[in-house]
Amino acid sequence: MTARRLIGILLAANVALVIAGWVFVPAAAKRAGSGLRVGLVFDVGGKNDKSFNESAWRGLQRARDELGIHVEYIEPSEGSDRESALRTLAARGVDLVIGVGFIFGPDLERLAVQFPKVRFAGIDYSPSPGVGDLPNLAGLQFREHEGSFLVGAIAALVSRTKIVGFVGGMKIPLIRKFEAGYEAGVRHVCPTCRVLSAYAGTEPKAFADPSLGEALASAQYSKGADVIFHAAGKTGDGVFAAARRHDGRAIGVDSDQYEAAPCCVITSMVKGVDVAVLDVVKQVIANEFRGGLHELGLAEKGVGFVADERNRHLLPIEVVTRVRALSEEIVTGAIKVPDR
Amino acid sequence: MTERGAPTPERTRFAQWLRPGSNPRRELLAALIALLVVIAFGSLMMLAAGKAPGHVWSLMVTRTLGDPYLLGQVLYKATGVTLTGLAVALALDAGLFNIGAEGQVTAGVLACAVVGVTLPAGTPAVIAIPLCLLAAAAAGGAVGAAIGVLRVTRGAHEVITSIVLNSIVVGVALWIGNEWLFRGGTTTGGKIAPGAMLPQLGFGGSAVNASLVIAMLAVAAVWWLRNRTTWGQAWRAVGQDPSAARSVGISVGRVQILVMTGSGALAGIAAANFVMGHKHAFEEGLGRGTGLLGIAAALLGRMHPIGVAIAALVLGFLSSGGLAVADVVPKELTEMLLGVVVLAVAAAGPWVRRREALT
Repeated sequence: MTARRLIGILLAANVALVIAGWVFVPAAAKRAGSGLRVGLVFDVGGKNDKSFNESAWRGLQRARDELGIHVEYIEPSEGSDRESALRTLAARGVDLVIGVGFIFGPDLERLAVQFPKVRFAGIDYSPSPGVGDLPNLAGLQFREHEGSFLVGAIAALVSRTKIVGFVGGMKIPLIRKFEAGYEAGVRHVCPTCRVLSAYAGTEPKAFADPSLGEALASAQYSKGADVIFHAAGKTGDGVFAAARRHDGRAIGVDSDQYEAAPCCVITSMVKGVDVAVLDVVKQVIANEFRGGLHELGLAEKGVGFVADERNRHLLPIEVVTRVRALSEEIVTGAIKVPDR
Repeated sequence: MTERGAPTPERTRFAQWLRPGSNPRRELLAALIALLVVIAFGSLMMLAAGKAPGHVWSLMVTRTLGDPYLLGQVLYKATGVTLTGLAVALALDAGLFNIGAEGQVTAGVLACAVVGVTLPAGTPAVIAIPLCLLAAAAAGGAVGAAIGVLRVTRGAHEVITSIVLNSIVVGVALWIGNEWLFRGGTTTGGKIAPGAMLPQLGFGGSAVNASLVIAMLAVAAVWWLRNRTTWGQAWRAVGQDPSAARSVGISVGRVQILVMTGSGALAGIAAANFVMGHKHAFEEGLGRGTGLLGIAAALLGRMHPIGVAIAALVLGFLSSGGLAVADVVPKELTEMLLGVVVLAVAAAGPWVRRREALT
């Protein structure tokens, strides 16, 4: 076979593939609905990370199904594609662009200035030093320390060894909020309990390193901890693996992570990323979108813990009742939860 | 210069296999075949995903070429990839497979940003721009030189050392960033001096900037060195047959170290595109992936400087185009295609050479 003939064959194959596409793939149906176009860009974990991004994805799907909006999303692969993903959506005339993760902060700020007519929302967004509120950029923050306080109390009440663990992802103020709330919750119900604490690293990759998560959690179980709470994204998968191996208990984060290890996940500190996404879409539809920072805590159902029929065998009802009472006290302000 | 552990023909065989022949028509055919394979593979994947390939490809073209921003992004990506592609091509021309461009870019990005931040705010552009460029080239060149020296004096295979150096450089850069550069809670360092910033070229606010000119100058410079000087003759002689080159009095080790230094410096200069032209700061992950795409560009461009630039445009188009149609097909698909480029071209090159030699 000569090179020329191979080129001929390849050309024919390409034409055949395109024709096959026209013949076999039905034309996409046009979408009806409120006509609002919402674009969302995921963080490195991607939309199926069983955690933070997935929760955002659930919220977006609910918005699509319940509110009839048109949805577009991008999962950037490299850090440098983050800004161009946001911008591609903004330039395409999307009405609301959502960035999932604190890491989008500087990009969102730049784009909000360049596209004043497009509304932007950042999950976990906090303003860069020296940047004020922008009218078309909403920062959706969570009072993670409040939810973490509750699972801290659960950990201490369930623990037999009176040693509990915490595995964080990237060492940043945001994750420190989880740790601080968790510690306070543990101390509140069990002043003599010990909290072992470890972080996976100082770069974004620390949220995507399950083998390191497993090593850190294994070390804590070996030192006597019997419950470990993780706030480490995909790194947390390793914490569950360690829990299975050591027959320990673990607490999930962001989404209900029971299914990751039904033997061991006693509850999860859920962050209502889905609620936040759905709410901000509703606000845009109702023309009530406001820029600036919005905090979602226990009172707003932005954070909470999981207690349902699935995890009942791991989570005694007395513990749930006790922790629900603590939750009330936080909402009324009787308990102040530290965030640092 | 010691010749201990100097490469025997046996040990350069891998790079020889990837090196293109001297017949430009054959090389063009090889690139064309590879491209057609890539398109066919992409169409297959689209069909598998339940999308009509004709629709997706035309959407990719019309959206990318029809939107000044995305067109600018193609040029922005191509700028970086041209420089890393030249770096890989230059080394391969001399029989060395530098897959360390990834780390060399990161070294360049870090050095460029550190110098840029250190310069006083009032530094004029005529001083600031060359200084930052020099820092980037020196940092990338140092990494390249390390690979070259290890190869020549210790016989360490450059593929292994450059892979290892990639992770070391990225790790060290992160550590330095965390210790000294990143501002509280972020993974971005401080802004470089205004004088060191390269102007953007418009394109609807796209990141494409004046370093496009630097990349074009680099293409011209490498072309000239390669085709018009005794330097180019020497490194190509070393690439073709080290023992023959040695017998005509070329110091093979010296040439290899110099070529690796130059290769690293070219990759380091890609920092101009990312730091001086776009982000104006050190940022975690900035420029990542450019070194790997550079390998694809060098192979698809058949090591010819102009071919590399054209290949960089094709790869930049695939990369930005993937983003443009991310609402129709998953972005993983176009990322996969970038990998298929390398496989297809590595297979097509030797195949064409053998077939054409038979007829």
